[in-house]
Order: sequence, then C-alpha cells, then structure tokens
Amino acid sequence: MLKGRHLIEPGDFQLNEIESIMQLADNIIADPEGYSLVCKGKLLASLFYEPSTRTRFSFEAAMLRLGGEIIGFDDPNNSSVSKGESLGDTIRTIECYSDIAVIRHPREGTARLVSKFANEMPIINAGDGGHEHPTQTLTDLLTIRKFKGGCDNHVVGVCGDLLFGRTIHSLVKTLSRYKGIRFVFISPTELKMPAHILNQLDPKTYKETTSLDEVIGQLDILYMSRVQRERFVSEEEYLRLKNYYILDKKKMKAAKQDMIVMHPLPRVNEIATEVDEDPRAVYFAQAKYGMYVRMALIAKLLGVEDRK
Amino acid sequence: MINVSKLKKGIIIDHIEAGHGFEIYKELHLNDIDDVVVLLKNIPSKKMKQKDLIKIETDMQIDMTVLGLIDPNVTINFVKNGELCKKISLTLPKVVNGIMTCKNPRCITQYEDVKEIKFYLVNEEKKQYRCEYCDAYTTFIDEE
Repeated sequence: MLKGRHLIEPGDFQLNEIESIMQLADNIIADPEGYSLVCKGKLLASLFYEPSTRTRFSFEAAMLRLGGEIIGFDDPNNSSVSKGESLGDTIRTIECYSDIAVIRHPREGTARLVSKFANEMPIINAGDGGHEHPTQTLTDLLTIRKFKGGCDNHVVGVCGDLLFGRTIHSLVKTLSRYKGIRFVFISPTELKMPAHILNQLDPKTYKETTSLDEVIGQLDILYMSRVQRERFVSEEEYLRLKNYYILDKKKMKAAKQDMIVMHPLPRVNEIATEVDEDPRAVYFAQAKYGMYVRMALIAKLLGVEDRK
Repeated sequence: MINVSKLKKGIIIDHIEAGHGFEIYKELHLNDIDDVVVLLKNIPSKKMKQKDLIKIETDMQIDMTVLGLIDPNVTINFVKNGELCKKISLTLPKVVNGIMTCKNPRCITQYEDVKEIKFYLVNEEKKQYRCEYCDAYTTFIDEE
C-alpha cells in the first residue's frame, strides 16, 4: 500500500511496490483519458529551491493531466525562506493547504528532513543536491522496461560524473536489487563512484574504468550523464572534466545493435546531436516516460488510482 | 612515577589510547563537575606501551556512547567502598543519536537547526558512521 507514503530514496519502496507503479504507468499510457480526473480536487505543492525544467514541468504536467491543481514556487526568493523561515515551518504550513508535495533542494538530505515534519502529506524527493533523485530512477526503470522488456539481466554502463550524479546513485542502488545486473562504471578518476555506493554493491557485479571505448561493445544499456557545473567549486576543474566523454556516431558503431542510450537530460555536449537520429538513442522517450511514471506515483501516493 | 591515591567511590576509565584522554575529558564535560577528577597521560603500560587514565570520584552517570565513539577499547571500572564492583568493556555503538554531527559540507544539517541526528555504523575498523540524512560517511573524531 503506497497511499500516504513518502518517496525520499528508491529504497523506501519494495520492488513489488515499484512494479505496481510501473503497471499503473502502463495503464495510464494505454488510456490517458481514463485517468484525466482522478486527482480532481487535489493540490500538489511544487517546492523548487533549485532550477529545474524537466523535473518540475513533468511533475506539474503529471498533476494537471490527472485533473489536479498546483501551487508552489521555482525560486526560493519568492518564498518565506528569504525571510529566514526554517524548512520545518515551511512544510508544516504547506501541509495545511496541500495534499502532496514535491521538493527539490540543493542540500543533501533535505527531503528526508522535511518528511519528518509532514504528518499526512506525502513528500516526493525531486532531487537533493548530489544525493538522490528517486523519480528519475522510476523514469529510468520504466524506460528500461519499455525498451528492454524488463529490468533483470543487463550489463549497464554508467558514464560521466559518478561522484556528484544523484540520478546515477539512485539508479545504481535500485538496479542492484534486480537479478543478474552487472555494472561498468566509466568516469574520470576525479569523478569516480563514491564509496558509500560501492560498499552497497557486490564487488563481483561491477568494474570501474576510465575508457568508454574499451567497454562500449559489452553494454546492453549505456547511461550517459552530464558533468554538472553547479557541483564544482573550481571553474578550472569543471572545464577540464566536462569534455572527458563525448558519445558520437563513431563510438556508437562499436556498440551492440540493441544497446540503448539513456540520459537524464539536460545534456551539454556529452552526447553529440548526431546520435539523436540513432534508434538506440532513447533519451527523449525517457523524458516522456518521466511524466507518465510521475502520474502513476502521484496517483498511488494519494490513493486515487481507483477513481478511474 | 606520580602516585594518585586509591579511589573510594566513582569511576576509573582505563586503557585509554595515549592521547585520547583529554578528548574523553572534554566530551564528558568533566571540567563542569565539582567532583575530584584526575587525568593521567602517557602512563607506561605493558599491553599498550603507553595509555591514558581518568579517575572520577563521583556518583555521576557516564554516557557510554561517547566513550565508545572516541575509544572503543577503554574499560570502565566502577568502584564502591574502595572495591571494584563492576567492570565494563566498550564497543562501537551501532546507532548514535544526537552526539555526532555530519561533516559533509553539502548536508542539510549544516544549514538547518537539526536536533538528534542519527548515525549508523558502517565500518567498525575505520569507525565510520553514515548520516541518516545525506548518507555521507563520517567519524566522531578525526583520525591522524
């Protein structure tokens, strides 16, 4: 039963609960009209303390497509934070008005903290610094399920900024719970997967490398990520690392014919635009699945999917 | 060799790794109590070569969690009527609540007033704990 629960990290849900969200997403994709009023009369608080296009729009589009309404902000200067209000007080106030809240914040652990102040309102973590991004994980799982038939038994290459990449941390921890998953972590030495993630994996299930060329032919899924300027203290260091991996047509030639390329977006230059035409590039479809899976999640946490 | 008289009642914190005695003294806030407290540093020891030792002539309760975090190898002897009545060896606590702070500069607990932060033991050898909020690993005291 997911009604009333928070989603702070993917580990908050059992695999069968995640599966139930995927099944509901499938049903919504098959019959979006049928779900267009299930959230009528419900209000989603959209609390974005950090810039976001995709995640915020997909949550807001999801709620609107379910027939619900939205309140919130996308700039903390327009909230009481600018008056020095604590997060706890903000959430307790918002709970007086809203049925469900989505929060993105640059500090790690924020969503877990605010969930302690919300007694009845489900909190969804839409990204907390370099820590977790569980709804991107749900998006990724739905995409893998759609293009690869399921989430078991894949070799998954994860490439780019593995140190600060919150989408990657959430995805790796979750995929490791499925059967027969093996990871290839591809990153510059400075941006390697952090110890707290590696410690949760069976060492036999992953290898680390700095070379994308050497491993691309072994992969079923290549998950690319952006080197994020906002996570770096030094501009020099960012400029040095941002062009480390660029996926182009030439590199794609060495990949399997049924490999898929995923990316949480936005991309900068880590995937050349020429790759977009390749049928193995599924990142824009992934963005669309993001909206459907968020529709399913909202409906589940509000317990309204049966209103259809 | 300096001699300190035998304790009639109170607590002897023994087998403290040399150099950690003052840390324990500070964390137990022994400076704030009116009872007799003796901190002995660098005592020759057969087993440890050198050790620190603290004697407290008191009835106060000791927070074992703090002691375990600083030096899990210490032993605590409780003395009553000049006789040893109880001896305890410490281990690292599995969960620490409200004593540690997260050292991750990006953790929300550095910016909001968060009370009672829980930390979970993840690596006994390195004395590392995981922050309940940001999952970053941290230690109670910085190892040299």
